[in-house]
Amino acid sequence: MTTAPAGASLDASALRQRVADFVAEHDPQTTDQHEFLAARFDAGLAWVHFPEGEGGLGAPRALQPVVDAEFERLGFTPVGREGLVIGLGMAAPTILAFGTPEQRARYLKPLYTGEEIWCQLFSEPGAGSDLAALGTRAVRDGDAWTVSGQKVWTSLAHRADFAILVARTDPDVPKHKGITYFICDMSAEGVDVRALRQITGEAEFNEVYLNDVRIPDSQRLGAAGEGWRVAQTTLMNERVSIGGHPEPREGGLIGVVSGIWRERPEVRTPGLHDALLRLWVEAEAARLTKERLRQQLAIGQPGPEGSAAKFSFSRLNQEISGLELEMLGGEGLTYDDWTFRRPEGVEFAKRSAGFHYLRSKGNSIEGGTSEILRNIIAERVLGLPSEPRVDKDVAWKDLPK
Amino acid sequence: MSEKQLDLLYSEVEEELRASVRSLLEDKSPPESVLARVESDQVTDTALWKELAGIGVTGLPLPEELGGAGASLRESAVAAEELGRGVAPVPFLGSAVLATAALLEAGAQADGELGALASGESTAALAVPFASAPGSAFPEAVREQDGRLRGTVGGVVDAPAADVLVVPAVGGQGPGLYAVPAAEARVATVVSLDLTRPLADVSLEGASGRLIASGADAERALRRALVTGAALLSAEQLGVAQWALDATVDYTRTRTQFGRPIGSFQAIKHRLADLWIAVSQARAVVRSAASAAAAAGEPGAGAQEAAEAELNASLAQAFVSGVAVKAAEEAVQLHGGIGFTWEHPLHLYLKRAKSDAIALGTADRHRLALAGMVDLPAAPA
Repeated sequence: MTTAPAGASLDASALRQRVADFVAEHDPQTTDQHEFLAARFDAGLAWVHFPEGEGGLGAPRALQPVVDAEFERLGFTPVGREGLVIGLGMAAPTILAFGTPEQRARYLKPLYTGEEIWCQLFSEPGAGSDLAALGTRAVRDGDAWTVSGQKVWTSLAHRADFAILVARTDPDVPKHKGITYFICDMSAEGVDVRALRQITGEAEFNEVYLNDVRIPDSQRLGAAGEGWRVAQTTLMNERVSIGGHPEPREGGLIGVVSGIWRERPEVRTPGLHDALLRLWVEAEAARLTKERLRQQLAIGQPGPEGSAAKFSFSRLNQEISGLELEMLGGEGLTYDDWTFRRPEGVEFAKRSAGFHYLRSKGNSIEGGTSEILRNIIAERVLGLPSEPRVDKDVAWKDLPK
Repeated sequence: MSEKQLDLLYSEVEEELRASVRSLLEDKSPPESVLARVESDQVTDTALWKELAGIGVTGLPLPEELGGAGASLRESAVAAEELGRGVAPVPFLGSAVLATAALLEAGAQADGELGALASGESTAALAVPFASAPGSAFPEAVREQDGRLRGTVGGVVDAPAADVLVVPAVGGQGPGLYAVPAAEARVATVVSLDLTRPLADVSLEGASGRLIASGADAERALRRALVTGAALLSAEQLGVAQWALDATVDYTRTRTQFGRPIGSFQAIKHRLADLWIAVSQARAVVRSAASAAAAAGEPGAGAQEAAEAELNASLAQAFVSGVAVKAAEEAVQLHGGIGFTWEHPLHLYLKRAKSDAIALGTADRHRLALAGMVDLPAAPA
């Protein structure tokens, strides 16, 4: 046993040493990925800011990228983890913050290793930007709850083992106060998952119908009526993820369009040239902004710029993909494939310009519309007063629907 | 593309410098007193310049043996941000950035001039039109013959208060850079759109100048000066934009109409959120330009560092010019009637922002320069 430092006193070099020691015992070249990840969880190197015994070491959160980079440097890059985005990014921090010891012991490890896939049952047809207006009902029935309602825009529902779910448990109080947060077993009776076809022709998302689904009370996360507060933890983690590596110049869609311009002189007109240069400048500005944010995170000082990164990403993607179609002229009149299918993960780069154009329309809607993001920036960053609210003190059941 | 990852944050030293410049300006040169000064005979605030010299701002990138602060253009950029935030009527851009960069690049022949600039004893101006973009051809407005300079240069920034003029001229030996005492030139102040930044037409009628760089060295020194100027101007523009945003947020938080602060209306909130995003992006772009400019000036820097400095400077001008103008224009609109008065200092910022967007090359010229640098060729004519 070493007398290495622990918890908050761990620094980057101590963590690198732990990773090196771990890799010396578990050769990434010969160890099965699942086994490797399970051992990594047990060693506290899954998410270092989590407590000991729950995949972490109680180290500062800012050091996680150091650990990931070191594993990568020593030859371990896990594959096939695209389906874990909800579990790792949203369910795990929420379960850590609000779960009982039993819940944490049951869910965190298989979630991390990828053995169990998670989805998120939040949005509803009548509750999009105004999530707190949700109407899926959960009624107490002995030591369980009976849940009925409809959820929408659920990615991964057709593959998921579990879901994080918010439902209305008290319609007689104002909307934020009557919500409870649950873990829902997606194989339970009454869970009906249907593909939701989108404007691109394919179906990345689902509608999920809940018909008298029984959820044991032991699957409740946080107190009854406290669901909104619990959901804030989940949503705080729903951000454009800032990777551990700098993004290269022309790394995104602007690189694709610049490539077309360079390779195909026949597409060049003065107007398109001007439009391309304007977008090139904006894309580079957005890249540098993200890089600056990454540098802030690396020294443990995240700035509010994170809330703007997603906004800029969606606007740029939409404008650049629109330019791409025009630049292609006649070819822009065609589309690669309208077939109704279920894509595995995001295949953005492999698809045609028409797909880029259509798929990017979702960017300013999913994960917080651009209009809501502007409100958040105006109110939380700039400190501007909120709009007068008509729904705060009215029982949910009395709100216009 | 193999760009180097530049440090886009502010160091502690830089934040200390920011704090000391800001507190000096708040104390000695608040916007109201700048407003009073612009209609006087003496727009340039020489007393303030001396105070700035006292905290090292006049010679930031100069080596300590010349009396400078031995810092880099990253620190200069932080000072430029604060001077922009205060629309300070001091010859920082003309003297401490443009002329200083040209003299520094010219080498030991200019040490005497640089020492006097660092101490704040004298100021200098680079005798090119303020609208010149870095990529323009070496100017031929001034001709040299038998050691005498003749010609006229219009719209030279910070020339009215300058003691020394750094003059690009073409003679029998090709391009040259000359140090000319301002007393030997006719310097006619023009009425400038930017009330806080004096411009002058400079006429030389047989002035004697000292040759400080010639041939390719002169061309390189001028180009380097204009690239450095473009990078540092973007820092100033960031300061202007940040002031306009802050002032407008404060105003809309307190101005009440229809029984509520106007900043609670989404029609206004969303415009300010958009502006905040643009200013945040401008900050990253400006830090990148300042770091690239600093890297190009380090010992051992070569062609790649110089190219990155040019690319980042043009990127910054192409992006931040628009942000500063937008910020000032939004500030005028969202202040309503008071924003259209002479009494409110806002118009100083609008005039500075729009002039800055033209200075050292418009955004459009910088986009065209970028097209060449990143291989996005123009359409055939």
